[in-house]
This record gives sequence, structure tokens and C-alpha cells, in this order.
Amino acid sequence: MSDVPILLEMRGITKEFPGVKALSDVNLVVRTGEIHAICGENGAGKSTLMKVLSGVYPYGSYQGEIRYQGAETRFSDIRASEQAGIVIIHQELALIPNMSITENIFLGNEPRRRGAIDWKGANRMALDLMARVGLQEDPDTLVKDIGVGKQQLVEIAKAFAKDVKLLILDEPTAALNEADSQHLLDLLRGFRSRGITSIMISHKLNEIEAIADQITILRDGRTVETLDVKADGVDEDRIVRGMVGRELSSRFPDHTPNIGEVFFEVRDWNVRHPISAERQVCKNESFVVRRGEIVGFAGLMGAGRTELAMSVFGRSYGVYESGTIIKDGKEIVLKSVADAIAHGLAYVSEDRKAIGLNLLDDIKASTVAAKLSKISRHGVLDEVAEYKAAEGYRRELRTKAPTVDESVSKLSGGNQQKVVLAKWMFTDPDLLILDEPTRGIDVGAKYEIYAIIQRLADQGKGVVVISSELPELIGLCDRIYTVFEGAITGEIARKDADPETLMKQMTSTKRMQTA
Amino acid sequence: MSRYKDLQKNLFGGTTSNARQFGMIFTLVAIVVLFQILTDGLTLRSDNLIALFQQNSYILILAIGMLMVIVAGHIDLSVGSVAAFTGILVAKAMFEWSLPWPLAILFGLAIGAAIGAWQGFWVAYIGVPAFIVTLAGMLLFRGGNQFIGNANTIPVPEGFRVIGSGFLPEVGPNTGYNNLTLLLGLAACVAVVWREFQARKTRHAMDADPAPMWISVLRMAVMVGVIVFVTLRFASGRVGTSFPVSGIILVALMLAYSFYTRNTAGGRHIYAVGGNSRAAELSGVKLKRVNFFVMMNMSTLAALAGMIFVARSAASGPQDGNGWELDAIAAVFIGGAAVSGGIGTISGSIVGGLVMAVLNNGLQLLGVGTDRVQIIKGLVLLLAVALDVYNKSQGRFSIIGSLTRNFRRDPPGSSPSPAASTADREPATTAPS
Repeated sequence: MSDVPILLEMRGITKEFPGVKALSDVNLVVRTGEIHAICGENGAGKSTLMKVLSGVYPYGSYQGEIRYQGAETRFSDIRASEQAGIVIIHQELALIPNMSITENIFLGNEPRRRGAIDWKGANRMALDLMARVGLQEDPDTLVKDIGVGKQQLVEIAKAFAKDVKLLILDEPTAALNEADSQHLLDLLRGFRSRGITSIMISHKLNEIEAIADQITILRDGRTVETLDVKADGVDEDRIVRGMVGRELSSRFPDHTPNIGEVFFEVRDWNVRHPISAERQVCKNESFVVRRGEIVGFAGLMGAGRTELAMSVFGRSYGVYESGTIIKDGKEIVLKSVADAIAHGLAYVSEDRKAIGLNLLDDIKASTVAAKLSKISRHGVLDEVAEYKAAEGYRRELRTKAPTVDESVSKLSGGNQQKVVLAKWMFTDPDLLILDEPTRGIDVGAKYEIYAIIQRLADQGKGVVVISSELPELIGLCDRIYTVFEGAITGEIARKDADPETLMKQMTSTKRMQTA
Repeated sequence: MSRYKDLQKNLFGGTTSNARQFGMIFTLVAIVVLFQILTDGLTLRSDNLIALFQQNSYILILAIGMLMVIVAGHIDLSVGSVAAFTGILVAKAMFEWSLPWPLAILFGLAIGAAIGAWQGFWVAYIGVPAFIVTLAGMLLFRGGNQFIGNANTIPVPEGFRVIGSGFLPEVGPNTGYNNLTLLLGLAACVAVVWREFQARKTRHAMDADPAPMWISVLRMAVMVGVIVFVTLRFASGRVGTSFPVSGIILVALMLAYSFYTRNTAGGRHIYAVGGNSRAAELSGVKLKRVNFFVMMNMSTLAALAGMIFVARSAASGPQDGNGWELDAIAAVFIGGAAVSGGIGTISGSIVGGLVMAVLNNGLQLLGVGTDRVQIIKGLVLLLAVALDVYNKSQGRFSIIGSLTRNFRRDPPGSSPSPAASTADREPATTAPS
């Protein structure tokens, strides 16, 4: 590919924050019309590099040189880079939910006629842009009324409205289901054939392997290597080796389960939707958890796994209708989260930032937040006990932070997840429900999280894992329930679990049991 | 590390609470010194200091409650009206029904609590935004005051006036000073020293190196110096005057609420709700109870502030408490609270209130008219917060940041403001797309 002209070259980029060197001497060469993947563990410097490129960190705040379309560029802000045709699409979409697709596409870039916005023309252009990204919707539809996959497409259409030359996608498929992800990847391939260059940051190595032409791997703020996917015969293992700097012999730690008696049981659980009461989100669901067991819940997006978990966890979702919870042979009634915590339940939510953590807090305060009574007497907090608890978990879980005084907003996803795990381990739960525990977390940290989960099971706790990644469920769980449209459709033992069987049960109402 | 750097770190960059306290007092002292020079020494004269305290104690009491409301993510616009409504009822109770004044004070607090329960009910259990509930309350209770008082002024008895215009009595030998005030100052000095050593012990237990001893000593020396100076000023006023009773009430409330917000589970819950209410709820915090409590607490403190004001002016009138809500809110924001909730301290708010009070007082001493005083106060509020926001977005040292609870040395570029502390979202919010 060396005959293809270079579109972008970043040379010797170094970016320092007080006390931290986020990037040191990073090099990146992107050629016109390729899909260039950037891989690295969380905290490796991928996002910082992209912020340097797009002018979020303006010229002068970093060292090194950026050459774009053959000339040195010095972006002063994000607007300058967009004018040059560099557009970033962030993991958290920057759309206004209560505006229509058209309004979002042209937000800040409205087509005008004689000073007023030309909505007719805008709609026409929007339809054209939507066709290019394969989005079939009425352009007047509000963005909040379409799914995440389509919202992603609106973001890309918005980029096209700005005449994009270099499209940067940060974890574009993290929140998408299989079909939407596939559509997006096909779209990127289509862009490539039309000469649009893309940079993609992703943790999904199979996608990278499938789609990327070049891969640049970062580790600890340095460029490790740039691989040519076809010429070098790159596969997932090869990428992982570059990212973690060692061979990961297995993606899951070895584990011999030590499974005891059934101690937690949910029977005939029925829950209705909090707003539209006619919708039943949990239909007669029953499941059991044994001591020392890791139980998986497989299902497509919207199958109602999170709803089930949260409604069990102190009715924190939906309107309870009927059903019983039995723990250690006795029926318990959990009417609030406080009840659930008092009865030894813990729920680690799927969205760390939105509902899992108070991002204003430091590690210390976050760790003890769900059980302040453990570090207080008569309601008065003991600062030293708080510190000792947090520091203990920081060491045990190997959370990467200088001290427990560090704000959780500054941690990487994997380390934030460790803080959330610590927060719930601190409540001494008997049953931990982990909702997408490794979402948005890199390979190395995933392995550590798996090891923590297994350790918790070995302490005789029951662990429920909800995950959209089937290999994760199969690799980690002793038993897997499948959920489809609010009902449990199967119960499959580890030895019988393979992606095909699970997928079949996740999309069918016929009940199957092997465990 | 050089001594200069040591000092800088411990004054502005330290994570111990004492370092923050010191930074705050430093800011206030600068303003006081400025006016002391501009007014040729009038500012720090005994009678002026005493008047300053008496005139502002009720606003500072409101700021305490307002801080908690704002940290929880709400606002209370009704405090001035609630104060006036309570004032007229209490005055009437004593004047027409001859309720003894100690009972009248309890009666007033009960009215405040009842009003707070009313507003808390709408905010916490029905989910009406506090802005609306208290805007309604502002009209409701102002109207209530004028309805009950017939827009007249009602005087209050001598005994009641103590809470607004009373002083520590003269007891013990004739030292030329007010002895009780001296004792109070002495107690404060002991407390400062005790706290410093307590903080060093805590730091040590947390495996962190306490600040070098000479910094602790310097810090204590400055604090004790300020306390001794202020004590002597208060104690050496005109005979019969000393540290005002309303000031004692204020200091007691300040200590109690500081302790509550910083060192108790209940206080931590307020910060949790303001920081991320959904996360707090999923951690077992009883959201409704917390919201109800902060609203109820605010109105109770407003009732107390109203009574102190009535006691000071010896009568309750229809215009009492006009605009107080704005003074209290301004104090809290100058004191470093975040508009979006979750950040702020009691001591910061008190300093914020004192900054406004000294400004007000100093300008009046200089003969500046109330019209211009208002203009200046408005600009100071805007500039103080704007400078802080700007400094934070530039990643420089933020004065107000040093007043806030979650102070840390932030690397530049991360979290431009407390509202957008999700560092990852930063480009999304700054993108002009």
C-alpha cells in the first residue's frame, strides 16, 4: 500500500499532563482510502491521540507535528479540524434527543436562504445523506424515537454533511447489537471503496480483524507497532499480543467451580413497564442460584435481562406485580434498594457512568457509598476506616490509580469498573448481579475482572452475569439462562453451551433445559 | 522540594481539609485588608465589626441551609417570604396572644418546619421542580405575611429581642474586656490547635505524609492570630456590647452543619443525590427522604433567620426578608458550590457570604450609594464565578475550587467545569457541530 498517498501523518506526538505522560513520541501514518484501526488497552492513549488530532487539545499544548494532506496543520480547536474535513464520532453520541433527524444532521451547519433556515432544502439533503448511510426513516422523526444503531447512522450522516475526508469512530459498535454492528461495518467498507478514510478505535478485535487494512497498536502512551492486516497475516491473538505485550494464553482464567446448594430463588416473577402499564417486561420468570455458582443470562438487547435484575434488586425498575424471592429457604420481600442491600444483594449496573458511580466522588467515597454504616458509628463517618477499606480494595483488585483520593472520573473504564466492583464487594453480598461487567473494557482488564468474579464465587457467593457477548458467558458461567421477550426460554449447562444453541434459545419461545 | 513549593502545595494543593480552610480564610482576609486600607481603618473597628455580624448573621444562616439545598441539586427562592411569614406569626403570637418569648421561638421553628414539610412534599414526593415549588412559596408566604399582618408592623417584646440584638453579658472581674468573649476566643484557639493535631494524626493513619511541621505551626499561628485579633476587637467594644448573640447562634449552626455535611452518612447522602441521583438511589440512598429533608431544613432555618431579623429590628413588617433568597444563593455560589449540584461546603458558603457582607459594609463606609453597591455586588458575583469557571477550563489553579469539597489538583484539560466532569464527554460538549 506504500504507493497510496499519505493523508495524515502524526510525528513524535508527546502530550503531558502534570505528573502523567499520556503520550510520548507517538507516530501514526494513515493513507488515503484505508480503514485504520487503533488498538490498545484502556489508558493506552488512544482517546488522547484523537483529541490531539481533532484540536480538542490545541496546537501548542502538545509536542510533535501533524501533517495532513501534505502540509503541516495546527488546529486551534475542534471547529478548525472539522473545517479541514476531520470528524470524530464519539462513543457517547452528541445528538439532541428532542430534535428531528434533519435538525440533528444540520445542527450548527444549517443551510440558509436569505438568512432563514431552509428546512425544505435541509430535508431534501438529509434524505440524500441518509440514503448514503443506509438509514431509512422519516427525516422528521425525533432522534429519541429511533434505536441506538440508527442514531449512530445519524451521527455519520451528520459527518457527511460537513464534507468529511477523515472519519474517526470511537468504539462505534460498543452499544450496537449484532445486526446493527454488521450494517455499520458494511457501511465503512462502502466508504472505503468511495475513497473516504476512516480511523476506528475498537475493543472488538474480531471486527478489527474483519475490516481494518492497517492497525496501529498503542501501549502505555507509545506506539508499539503498525501492522498491515493482509500482508502480515494479522489475527486476534497477534493484536492481543501487541496490546498487552505478552501472550494471553487464554482469555479466561482457569477455574474449577465449587458449587453448593441452591440458596437464592426467584419464582414466577411478573413486572410491568413503569410507564406503559399494559407492557409486561417480566413474564413469569423463575430462576435459581447456587452457592459458588456463576450463572449467566443470555439474551438480545431489549430481551428484559436488565429489567429482571433491577426489579429483583429492590424493585428499582418497573412496577412489581407478583412473584416471590426466596433466600436461604426463607421468603424475603425487597421493597427498596436498601432492603436488597440489607439482605445481601448487590447489583453492578451496565452503565457505570450514568447510574453506577457519582463521578464527582473520589475512589474512597465511591468504594464505601453503598454501605456507609460499615464505616460509621451512630451515623458519624470514620475517615480512617474509609481510607483503609478503599485502599484494601485498590490493592486487592489492582486498581490503577496513584491514591484513593483520585477522582473516579479520571480513571479508565476498566479501573472504574474495579471501583464499582469494590463498592459492591464492600457491602458483603451473598448474591452479586453483574450487568455487562466488561462492557467497554479492554482485554487485559477483562481477564482481571473474570478472575475477580471467579474469586467471589469461590468465596461461596452466588454470581449472576448478564452479558451480550456469548463467548464471555460460555467461557465464564457454570450455567446459562436464555431470555427472550421478557421470558426465560432455556437453561443450559456449561458443557452444552455453544453459541448456536444459545442463539437459538435467545430468539425462540420454546423452552429448553439441559441443566 | 523547596520550602516555597512546600508552602504552595500545602496552602493551595493539599488534600487535607485544613489546607482548604486556610485558603479560604486567606481570600477573605485579602478583601478585609483592602477595605481596611480604603476606609482608613474603619472596617475593623469594634463597633463596625459587631454591626457587620449582626446585620448579616441571618443571611449567613440562610446560606447554610441554601448550601445543602443547592448541593442536593435544588434551589429555594422562598426563604425571604418564609422568614417574613414566620416573623409576623411569631410577633402576633407574642403581641396579641401574649405567648412567652421562649415558647414563641419554638412556635416559629415549628412553623418553619411545617412550611418546609409542605414544600418538601411537593419536591420530593410529587416531583415538582424546587424552582417552581419555591417560586410559588415565595408568592404564597409573602402574601401570607401581608394578609396576617394587614401590611402593618407589629412590635416584639424586649426578651425576644435578645436573639437579634443581644450581647454576651459582662461577668467576672473587670479586665477592660468582655470576659465571656475572651473565653470564647480562647476556646476557638484551643480548637484550632486540637484540630490541626487531629488532622495530622488522621493523615498519618491514612499512610499519607502530613504536611511538614513548620507548615502546621505557621497555619496554626496565622489562625490563632486572626482569632485573637477578632476576639479582642469584639471584646473591647463599647461597654454593653460584645460578641452578639446572633453571632453565637450562627457559629453554633455553622459548626453543627459543617460536621453534619462532612462527617456523617446523612450529609454524604446529600452530596450523593446531587452528584448522581440515580446512582445514589441504586446504592440504597432514600432519594425522597433526602430531598424532603433538605427542603424542610431550609425552611426551618429561614424561620430562625426571620425571627432573628425581627428581634433585631424590634418589629415585624411587611417588607421583611425581601431579596434574601438572592443574597443567600449568591453567598453559596461565591463559596464554590456547583450549579449542577454535588459540590460545595458550608464553610465556603459562609466565606462567600462574608465576602459579600464585607463588600457591602465597606462600600457603605466609603459612602457609596445602595444603587451602586448593588451594581458592584452583581458584578462581583458574576466575575467571581466566571473567573473560576475560566480558570478551571484552562486548567489553572482555581480559587473557588480550593473552597470546594472535592478539591484536587486537576490536570489541565480534564473536567472543564463541575457540570461536565465526565472527561470523555468533553469533546462532545465543546464540539460546535
